[in-house]
This record gives sequence, C-alpha cells and structure tokens, in this order.
Amino acid sequence: MRLRFIITEVFHGLRRNTTMALSVVIVTLVSLAFVGSAMLLQVQVGKLKDDWYDRVEVSIFLCPNVSDVATCKSGPVTAAQEDNIRNVLQTGALEDLVERVYYESKEEAWENLLESRPDDFLVQQLTADDMQPSFRVKLKDPEQFEIVSDATENLDGVEYVVDQRQVFSTLFMILNRSTLLAASLAIVMLLAAVLLITTTIRLSALSRRRETTIMRMVGSSKVLIQLPFMLEGIIAAVTGALFSILGLWLAVRYLVQDWLQSSDFNWVDSIDQTDVFSVAPWLLLIALGLSGIASVVTLGRYTSA
Amino acid sequence: MIKFDNVSKVFTRGARPALDEVTVAIERGDFAFLVGASGSGKSTFLKLVLREERPTSGRIHVAGRDLGKIASWRVPLLRREIGAVFQDFRLLPNKTVLQNVGFALQVIGKNRRYIDASVPEILNLVGLEGKEKRLPHELSGGEQQRVAIARAFVNRPPILLCDEPTGNLDPGTSIGIMKLLDRINRTGTTVLMATHDDLIVDQMRKRVIELKDGRIVRDQAQGGFGLEPA
Repeated sequence: MRLRFIITEVFHGLRRNTTMALSVVIVTLVSLAFVGSAMLLQVQVGKLKDDWYDRVEVSIFLCPNVSDVATCKSGPVTAAQEDNIRNVLQTGALEDLVERVYYESKEEAWENLLESRPDDFLVQQLTADDMQPSFRVKLKDPEQFEIVSDATENLDGVEYVVDQRQVFSTLFMILNRSTLLAASLAIVMLLAAVLLITTTIRLSALSRRRETTIMRMVGSSKVLIQLPFMLEGIIAAVTGALFSILGLWLAVRYLVQDWLQSSDFNWVDSIDQTDVFSVAPWLLLIALGLSGIASVVTLGRYTSA
Repeated sequence: MIKFDNVSKVFTRGARPALDEVTVAIERGDFAFLVGASGSGKSTFLKLVLREERPTSGRIHVAGRDLGKIASWRVPLLRREIGAVFQDFRLLPNKTVLQNVGFALQVIGKNRRYIDASVPEILNLVGLEGKEKRLPHELSGGEQQRVAIARAFVNRPPILLCDEPTGNLDPGTSIGIMKLLDRINRTGTTVLMATHDDLIVDQMRKRVIELKDGRIVRDQAQGGFGLEPA
C-alpha cells in the first residue's frame, strides 16, 4: 500500500516536473562525465606508471663509429673505456644509487630494434654495426638521475646520457593538467547540480504542499511524506549518472581505444571499458550523495511539522 | 483527554504571550467551544494540541501522552488520534470525495480492503452517500466541509479539533454541520471547536471556554457565546 503510494507519488511528481527533472539529468550527466574523466585520466596515469615508469632506466649511450661529441674523439668506445664506465657505475659514490647495470651490445640493440619495428623499411637497411652499444642503468631511486648523469656524461667513451623518464614527463604533465581541469569543471558542475536538484525538490514540494499538509495533519510518517520527493531527486540524478557512464564508455571505446590505438601513442597501455566500470560505482555514489544532500537541505524546511 | 497545565506560549521574545498560564482540562467525550476574539489565542491552543507548536512553559497532555516528552518521530502517531477540520476545508481539488477521504487512510498505511470498507461507511455517516465520485468543486460549501469531517473522522480518532468549521458557511448549512459534529460527539469522541459563531454557540448549550489575550476568562458548562448566560 505504502509502496504503491510512494511509486505513484514519484511518478506524478516526475511527470508534473518533467522539464526540471530533465535538466537535473543533464546537469548530473555533464558534471559526472567530468568527474569520470578526471578519474579515468588518473587511472591512465597509474597504468603508465605501473607498466613503464618504474621500469624505465637511464641509458648511457656509448660512442658509435662516427660522432662529433668531445668524449668520442678517439673513435668508437673501447673495451677499456667500457670497463672504466662500468667501474664508475658500480663502485664509489654511485654504488648505493645503482640497482643494476645491464650492457646492451650493438648486436643486441639491432635485434631489439628489429623486433620492435619488424616492418620498418629503414630499420631493415641498417646493420648491427650502425647501432651503438649502451649501458642500461636501473636506479634504486629514479629521482637521482642527475647524479648519475653528472658522474658519467664526461667520461671518455660516453656519447650522451638519457633519462628515459623525460620522455614520459611531458605526457604525465598533460595528463595531470587535464585531470586538474576536469576536476575543477567537475566541482563547478557538481555545485550547479546540487543547487538544481535542491530547486527541483523544493518546487516539487511546494507544488504538493496541500497534500503534504494533509499528510502531516492525519499523522502520516515523515518518511512517507519526504520519500517521494527524495526519490524524485535520486531517480533524476542516478539517471544522469547512468548516462554519464554510458558516455564515458562510448568515449573510451571509440575515442581512446580505436583512435589512440591507431595513433603514434599505440605503445601506451591505455584505459579500456573495464576501467569505466570500475569508475562507475563512484559516479553512482556521487549522484546518490548529491541528491541526498539536496534532499536533506530542502525537505527539512518545506515539509517539516 | 486534553489537559493544559499552566501553559504559556510566547512567539516573539518580549511580546505579549499568545497563551498565558492556561490551565484547563477537557474530558473524554466532552464537547467544548473555544471562543474569543481574533488574536485571543484560539488557534495557538489548537496548534499546541496538535503539537504543531510547543509551549514556552507548562505541560500539555493529549490522549494520555505528555507532549513535552513525546519523541518527534512519534508525533505522527499522536496526530492519528486527533482529527482536524478547518475553515477552508483543505480538500485535494483533483481527487474525488472517495479519494479525498481514502487519502487520509492511505498515507497512514491502511490497506486497500480496509479503505474500501471504511470510506463508504463514513461517507454515509456524514450524509454524502451517492456523491463519492464528485470532485470538490462540484460540491457546495457544506458538502465540502462534510468531506473534510469525513476525512478527519474516518480513522475514528478519539479527539476531533475543529477550527472555525462553519466560518465559510451560511447559517442553515452551519446547523447541519453542527448536527453532524454533535452526532460524532455522541459516539464518544471528544470535540473541541474554535469558533466566532455566536448563534451556534448559543443554540448548542455546550461547554464554553473563552479566551481573551491568551488567558481563560470563562469556562462555563452549557454556556452561551456572550459573557452572561443567554
């Protein structure tokens, strides 16, 4: 009986207030899309960090056959120079910073390149002798790159030192700034959503003031009086959340997966639809929270005894 | 049934109290008029009984409950023991007579079968049989007030509060409403009616409680509207 009453009331309320309910759906849709984007961007950052960032190394490229760098004047790196560099890396001041040193020979470098770009015509024109050997250095703390770089870049036989993390830092910066932007927009939109839901509930409560007055008078419980209004707000907000999840799913499926994978960034391990579903519960929870806050703020004042 | 013990109500600090040290008891089955000029405290009295307002000081007992100690979530239960009728009827314009009365039962969780059984019965009692399907605007003022009384009484509350129930009605119609309230009173229901209507008070010869500036200035069994017994 009460359940049927509540359902009828909610249905009538939404029908009477269609435009307001629709605007709540749209505003929550947009605001939660921003929240979701911010979350997914951070998931993406996390994926990159897990898969790449912690594995990247400092590469010390050794002198190839031809180079005009000062430390390569004596021609290609010699075995004695290599021993010296290895010695610097594994003893003395650097000993505590370096976790592991791996030597990549010309042949290995060539094989790795061939493996990563099997169809590249230019790569196939190269021989192992065109490559340069390198030391791949894994640091205990990747932040200590400067010290390693300073200690090695002026040694004879070293052409240049690269912190592979530099490649990622730009990408991370873009992702983090996008997150910040999305989050800021999300906050503004969420505020708009709360205000809009509040107004909607208030209008709905005012338009049914006669009913609620009678309900109070005949001894209807507070829950029964307020629940229909709460549910109206919740239904509208959750509908918005569901649409935003759908939107994010489509965006990840068709923009990130299809488009990004076919672009130059295809080596990046990108977010996929399962990540959308891991974000989805949070979006629904936020929608519930928003309408909950709005209800509490409004209903106390407009339907109270 | 309704007991006020030194009850005062001050709405704005420093202003004259709306009720000033009121002590009165209305027993089970009583029929009492609450009379007095506008602003004498009649409405405040009724609001305190319904616990729409709380007294500034003093104690109020209604239907065996101490209103000062009642938890706010139990206020609805108190109100189920009090039927209330108002001057402006307060009917839902888009609901039929049947639905208006049924609404009161529906929103306190009564089941469909109970509603289907009790609503026609109460409509019979108030003399509205045959008009179940009418909308409020299709009824006369007197009929609308009968619907309101049916709604207030359908749950058979032990107390019926009436705030100027004849205020919008012509004298002939008012007499019909008073007869109805008298009939309800005879079922053992305590009726407390606030009114300006001297004709009715003089005719009914019931208990009269007169308020002036928030104080009880007269409490007279079988009284008239004026200060002196008619």
